[in-house]
Amino acid sequence: MVDSLIAAASVIAAAIAVGFAGIGPGIGQGNAAGQAVEGIARQPEAEGKIRGTLLLSFAFMEALTIYGLVVALSLLFANPFVG
Amino acid sequence: MNTFFLSKIEVGSHLNIYLTDTLHFHGETVIVSTFVVLVLSLFLTLTTSNLNRIPTTFQNVGEVLYEFVKSIAITQLGPSYYTQFLPFISTIFLFVLGSNWAGALIPWKTFEIPSGELSAPTNDINTTACLALLTSFTYFSAGFRIKGLGYFKRYIKPSVFLLPINIIEDFTKPLSLNFRLFGNIVADELTVSVLCSLVPLIIPIPIMVLGLFASSIQALIFSTLAAAYIAEVIE
Repeated sequence: MVDSLIAAASVIAAAIAVGFAGIGPGIGQGNAAGQAVEGIARQPEAEGKIRGTLLLSFAFMEALTIYGLVVALSLLFANPFVG
Repeated sequence: MNTFFLSKIEVGSHLNIYLTDTLHFHGETVIVSTFVVLVLSLFLTLTTSNLNRIPTTFQNVGEVLYEFVKSIAITQLGPSYYTQFLPFISTIFLFVLGSNWAGALIPWKTFEIPSGELSAPTNDINTTACLALLTSFTYFSAGFRIKGLGYFKRYIKPSVFLLPINIIEDFTKPLSLNFRLFGNIVADELTVSVLCSLVPLIIPIPIMVLGLFASSIQALIFSTLAAAYIAEVIE
């Protein structure tokens, strides 16, 4: 009984972890991509440099969602609260 | 625990090799990382043996790689310090890139092992933790070697009351390096395997290509961050 309660709570918690972790980086990546497009439109010759920096910063932002995913995965597959 | 496995995708099953009762290896990680190290050594020996003034095919590839890792080191560390840390940074870059791509490109499913399955060594949190700890050990020793005991001034740098935050930062740096690499690789493989269990044909291929791209970016990020942490200490 207690185990199934923990299981249900863990599944909900995993969903919340990934869901909320996705919001911030989503907004951030949207902002970054918008600014990059603006930069390319203003200065098309700098496209290569802007693309490189954009991809690098995308990966940094994505890491934040990945932290949420790590928490969710540990709740689903390596739950410390299930005996 | 069995209630947790909603589909056949397994996370955390390993081919354990027991040395003693408490000490064991994750067999699949050891096998694949040894394979990666062997392939990388063979490749680098091929590219650097028989060097010519006018490069041939293999030497060209080696020179492009060298220029790339050198540019990573030089942009972070500056021209006067980069030579000391170039071996470390290029080793990290090549190992992470090699193991990420080994997991993505080689069809390990065809080799049956008793439990678990062969995949990228960076899929195991122990590998990435080891790499991250190596990085923090390197920047500690770089700071001591170059600055001596003046290294500790870094902890009270902007002002004294930032001391706890500076100390916590020493622990969060390897932690975030660790989780970033591990999480990205696991996320790639989980996405691909979930898609494969839904639609086994054609549809997963773009995701696989995206994963290949993302894992090379992760190698670049890991080595850039290692170089940046070292540069922060010795500046």
